Amino acid sequence: MAKAAAKSAPAVASDGEGQALRALQDKHAADKRHQASEAELLEFYEKMLLIRRFEERAGQLYGLGLIGGFCHLYIGQEAVAVGMLSALDGSRDSVITGYRDHGHMLAYGIDPNLIMAELTGRAAGISRGKGGSMHMFSVDHRFYGGHGIVGAQVPLGAGLAFASQYRGDGGVCLAYFGDGAANQGQVYESFNMAALWKLPVIFVVENNGYAMGTAVQRGSAETHFYRRGTGFRIPGMDVNGMDVLEVRRATDIALEYVRAGNGPVLMELHTYRYRGHSMSDPAKYRSREEVQDMREKHDPIEAAKAELIARGVAEERLKEIDKAIRARVSEAADFAENSPEPAPAELYTDVLVERY
Amino acid sequence: MAVELKMPALSPTMEEGKLARWLVKEGDEVKSGDILAEIETDKATMEFEAVDEGRIGAILVPEGTEGVKVGTVIATIGEGIVVPAKAGTGGNPEPTPPAVPDQVRDDAVAVAPVLSNTQTITVREALRDAMAEEMRRDDRVFVMGEEVAQYQGAYKVTQGLLEEFGPKRVIDTPITEYGFAGIGAGAAMGGLRPIVEFMTFNFAMQAIDHVLNSAAKTNYMSGGQMRCPIVFRGPNGAASRVGAQHSQNYAPWYAAVPGLIVIAPYDAADAKGLLKAAIRSEDPVVFLENELIYGRSFELAEDEDHVVPIGKARVMREGKDVTIVSYSIGVGLALEAAETLAGEGIDAEVLDLRTLRPLDKNAVLKSLAKTNRLVVAEEGWPACGIASEIISICMEEGFDHLDAPVLRVCNEDVPLPYAANLEKLAIIDAPRIVSAVKKVCYKG
Repeated sequence: MAKAAAKSAPAVASDGEGQALRALQDKHAADKRHQASEAELLEFYEKMLLIRRFEERAGQLYGLGLIGGFCHLYIGQEAVAVGMLSALDGSRDSVITGYRDHGHMLAYGIDPNLIMAELTGRAAGISRGKGGSMHMFSVDHRFYGGHGIVGAQVPLGAGLAFASQYRGDGGVCLAYFGDGAANQGQVYESFNMAALWKLPVIFVVENNGYAMGTAVQRGSAETHFYRRGTGFRIPGMDVNGMDVLEVRRATDIALEYVRAGNGPVLMELHTYRYRGHSMSDPAKYRSREEVQDMREKHDPIEAAKAELIARGVAEERLKEIDKAIRARVSEAADFAENSPEPAPAELYTDVLVERY
Repeated sequence: MAVELKMPALSPTMEEGKLARWLVKEGDEVKSGDILAEIETDKATMEFEAVDEGRIGAILVPEGTEGVKVGTVIATIGEGIVVPAKAGTGGNPEPTPPAVPDQVRDDAVAVAPVLSNTQTITVREALRDAMAEEMRRDDRVFVMGEEVAQYQGAYKVTQGLLEEFGPKRVIDTPITEYGFAGIGAGAAMGGLRPIVEFMTFNFAMQAIDHVLNSAAKTNYMSGGQMRCPIVFRGPNGAASRVGAQHSQNYAPWYAAVPGLIVIAPYDAADAKGLLKAAIRSEDPVVFLENELIYGRSFELAEDEDHVVPIGKARVMREGKDVTIVSYSIGVGLALEAAETLAGEGIDAEVLDLRTLRPLDKNAVLKSLAKTNRLVVAEEGWPACGIASEIISICMEEGFDHLDAPVLRVCNEDVPLPYAANLEKLAIIDAPRIVSAVKKVCYKG
């Protein structure tokens, strides 16, 4: 029948398209891990450990009442920020994320004192004490925040990519969002325009399993987030976010594709947060065993440590690193606790840039 | 029986148009659906189709006639008509003479500067020129929005921009306000100077999160590190017969937000000068236009660098008895009211706020100190409006100067109705301003 014949032609085409949408995933499956030198892996380890210790300390300061409001810790997700950032070209690529932003800041090597002082709301904070945990930025590093409205950073990230494309600077934007934000309508509005205009943006879903207290399968009809670009012809990648070297390799593959002018990529990074959604979350929606299992069997820092030891790095050296990091974090905490609060006059500054 | 063919309205706000071309001539047989003529407005060219069949009788308005009012009989159609030898004869009404452009009474504006080299220009053209000039001046400036490029703008404000600047800088978006407002804000954070057009500000409700949370607050939240120099612009306020969801003045909503600049110009000079200032500003700007004044013509100085400072009100007409404060379309009504009042011996001063945030409080207080009586005219709802804000300022800082309570003249406190008579009842007009002024002057 004519109808059947007509049907078969697009079926072939759509299979070809299906392959194109899977191509990056297939490439990653064939080449999972970044071949890191010892020095590189050590650097990743140090950065992840710094984030871990910093966040643990932030949790303590929160308990002491030195940090207020909302405070979302990055513990468990360290490999994502560190692995991805290591692949970027700092002179032209940009990053934007939601409110779980301390880890990303630290991955850049931004002074922990400034970050911790922002958490305690001090004048020395990176946002002069006016942003807090959720609103940190470093335009110098091309880190664009730090956004509190779930999903809003996605079109903003597409806009940063638009700016790069407009200027022709070759930059790519990483726009991070969570599995919860992945259900916001504006995310798909952004997918559509990014694909339509071939914007140099990598959409990164940090899937930590829970949108606040709602497990992924309770809130998402399609739980494989990397497939959600299909309707916009955006290739997806399904990545283990608990292995810093897998994260790095996957990011390299995505970057190569985007930088070549092919338009956006959607990466889903499977990760896990050990702590609650924010400090006020008792985390009763999951079992202790589940968290324990992730900590014991899938911890990205422990895995990196084991790999370093297997490569012959002395345990003593790793202990020294840990000690130095603890000291660094203590210094940041002391600084944050003892820095002065913003002057009252600061209340009125930075509302507008110009005077009218 | 002859049927009269009348000049059609091609859009809700069309009042007149040009009869560009007749495609039929007297004596032609036409059937329903045949194209009779081409009608041009400042927004579009449209074809005028026959609804009835029959023979074209008299063509009463020759092609090329400009300013033909909607509803004017332009031809007759029907059987048994004696085809007259010349258009405009045979007992039919005379064609309406071309209307004089809807000129503002600039001669009544005492404070308006005397311009040497002036041109007559519509608000629509002034806005377009502002964008074009700023795009020539600064590579970072681009325009994005629905139908801004190939369609030349839903209200033709971006007409010709695509041709001059190309698709890289004049960008058609899908219908996705939340998304493109976010992309625009992100591009501004990334160092560009976006002009985001909302087809109307009614649709910007889908995107208001980015206007407030992304654009307005970022500079503060980042301790001054991250700017968002963007212009969100488009028509705001009631249009004409488009119903409640398409007729609302959002000025009070945006003017309530620290971190934003909110501008609502009235005439062409301000539309141009303030839009240029908005594009140059380092701060995010909400630029509220009005569809009903897009087509109005005003005198404008021929000056490439006509930039009007943000945050400064303007005395449109000097007076000593009472002050009428307004903005946007209300300014025209206030001037009309002042004219009527002058005939009744009341000398009203008309103050155009122009910028709603930051508000030029001093200009309001200065005028109040001079006249001691004040009325606010706002095409918008009465509750929590700009009028409420002006009244607060007068109470808090101008109390000693008041000889009467300040009154506000606003739209009725209802969603805007569709029916022509109800819509008219709901929206402010000059007579209502006149009666409020008489009240505060204790002459009503």
